Amino acid sequence: MSTLLIIEQVLNGLQFGVMLFLMAAGLTLIFGVMGLINLAHGSLYMIGAFAAAAVAGATGSFVLALAAALAVAAIAGALIEITVIRRLYGKAHLDQVLATFALILIFSEGTRWLFGSFPLFLDIPDYLSGPVTLPGGIQYPLYRLTLIAVGLLVGLGLWVLIERTRIGIQIRAGENDREMIAALGVDIRLLYTLVFAIGAALAGLAGALVGAIQSVQVGMGEPVLILAFVVIVIGGIGSIKGAFIGALLVGLTDTLGGIFLPQFFKLFMEPGAATQTGSALASMAIYILMSLVLIWRPTGLFGARA
Amino acid sequence: MKKLLMATAALAIGATSAFAETKIGMITTLSGGGAGLGIDVRDGFMLALAQSGRDDIEVVIEDDQRKPDIAVQLADKMVQSERVDILTGIIWSNLAMAVIPSVTAQGKFYLSPNAGPSALAGQGCHQNYFNVAWQNDNLHEAAGAYATSAGYSNSFILAPNYPAGQDALTGYKRTFEGELAGEVYTQLGQTDYAAEIAQIRASGADSVFFFLPGGMGISFLKQYADSGVDLPVVGPAFSFDQGILQAVGDAALGVVNTSQWNKDIDNPTNAAFVESFQAEFGRLPSLYASQGFDTANLILSALETAEVSDADAFREALRAADFDSTRGAFKFGPNHHPIQTIYAREVIKEGDIFTNKIIGTALENHADAYAADCKM
Repeated sequence: MSTLLIIEQVLNGLQFGVMLFLMAAGLTLIFGVMGLINLAHGSLYMIGAFAAAAVAGATGSFVLALAAALAVAAIAGALIEITVIRRLYGKAHLDQVLATFALILIFSEGTRWLFGSFPLFLDIPDYLSGPVTLPGGIQYPLYRLTLIAVGLLVGLGLWVLIERTRIGIQIRAGENDREMIAALGVDIRLLYTLVFAIGAALAGLAGALVGAIQSVQVGMGEPVLILAFVVIVIGGIGSIKGAFIGALLVGLTDTLGGIFLPQFFKLFMEPGAATQTGSALASMAIYILMSLVLIWRPTGLFGARA
Repeated sequence: MKKLLMATAALAIGATSAFAETKIGMITTLSGGGAGLGIDVRDGFMLALAQSGRDDIEVVIEDDQRKPDIAVQLADKMVQSERVDILTGIIWSNLAMAVIPSVTAQGKFYLSPNAGPSALAGQGCHQNYFNVAWQNDNLHEAAGAYATSAGYSNSFILAPNYPAGQDALTGYKRTFEGELAGEVYTQLGQTDYAAEIAQIRASGADSVFFFLPGGMGISFLKQYADSGVDLPVVGPAFSFDQGILQAVGDAALGVVNTSQWNKDIDNPTNAAFVESFQAEFGRLPSLYASQGFDTANLILSALETAEVSDADAFREALRAADFDSTRGAFKFGPNHHPIQTIYAREVIKEGDIFTNKIIGTALENHADAYAADCKM
């Protein structure tokens, strides 16, 4: 196997990882700050993609489409926080799971009702399409490089927001002791709505960015949601840094596992069986990674609590 | 007076239908990622029933959500409490494997409008199981034959890791005479193919064959077009059906794919089908819709000559396949799978709409490879 192929696959893993990070960041904030399990996070991802496809179809502008994805997902997030989620903070996790699962069904059927059952078209803009040649002669799609850059920038932006701003201090304080910061005069309800909307906007952005290279269809959010949960469990619940490291680990494990495991089995098995065994094991690789991390650190890599 | 006569006639029809009503259970995928396929099958099926003008047939439609456990529950409900005579509708082979053996063992008829897993075509065949679409391998065998005739000698092949995916690669390898540069099983429902495309780039292949139905194919084609890999792609019709071509866009233009049906097959039934489907639903039909339409017409033709309650006579009537198919002449092989011609199509743009055009025949009067193993 050539070095070029390995480098290309590492880039693929990174790109997959940073997109997972956009999903996981919102999820881990919401879980960490509000103690809420939000299964409907995948629906916000889908809403972002559909909003982007609709706006791109109407205006032809990809930048406007991304702006629409951010705005629509943030508004949808704020709306469900105010109407539904707010009633769930004091409830048991099982009630939260039940209510947010219902939200998935409502959003999926609602989207089908609005847009129909057939996938929508959302394409990469011309100025980002096609491959570029990287140093060393690697051909790599420009759009995927852009995704890596956007993901890293958003990560940096979140870090600044959490660590360096007043709102960030309030969010971190809310995570530790919500009664105390309410007593100190911070409007905790507004803060929660804000955190939820930020998380939703990030999911919507991820949906729109990824939707351009995948298919925009009902139910696209759920497979990503499961991976995002794996990421925040590995990274430690509530930790943005954990979500970032966890997302990159999951992205790289998934991508490289899919390549190297079949190759590895070919060393001592016949090719057909090796491909099947390798693929089967590769689809388990991230869950094996998760259990190893949990054995080593039961609260996740950067988790403060179990 | 005329009104009264009509009312009496309607009453009379109502009265007879109360005695001889045929009940059909349709389990298909109407929600989630694969919903477009199920909706096309349902719409094609119901269109044929509506055109027949018969009102003594009741259809119970349920959504399996593409989940085998739900499909099994629905099948049990339809057989035991709804007491249907005929079942149909399943899109996915893993669901078909979970449902069909048990319902045919209970003496019900099952007519498949889509899935045709190899396990049910050979030793696992059953006298009450008919496949109106194709055996899973068929379109892939046609793709292999086309690739050979197009002069490709080194293919990279990929498909999802589930029964139909394994049938696909087996089918392609059966007729493709060149070498394989690589063989990859992806995950079912996978949306990112960057890793596979990198392997294709590094493999030195001269052509790519893929079977990725529904949304998986959209993702693959868009990412492939953007990757700068410039090898010719061949595939079965499942990634190029009418429902998803618009979502793939320019990335699909010029790709050759194989299908037993296309809207430009020249026969009166097909022309009427395409026109009436478009008038009724406001979109072009896909091959799935044609399969639903043919399935319903096969049932209707059999009901003309026999009652479902007389299972032996009804089975003979189905086997005769005396109906006008959208594919032209239609006949069953000994294992109740079609013997049919499979065409090579090319993706073109007609005005603003992406669609397919037949460019040649890939396999003539083709029967599946498992028929010899079937002992009914």
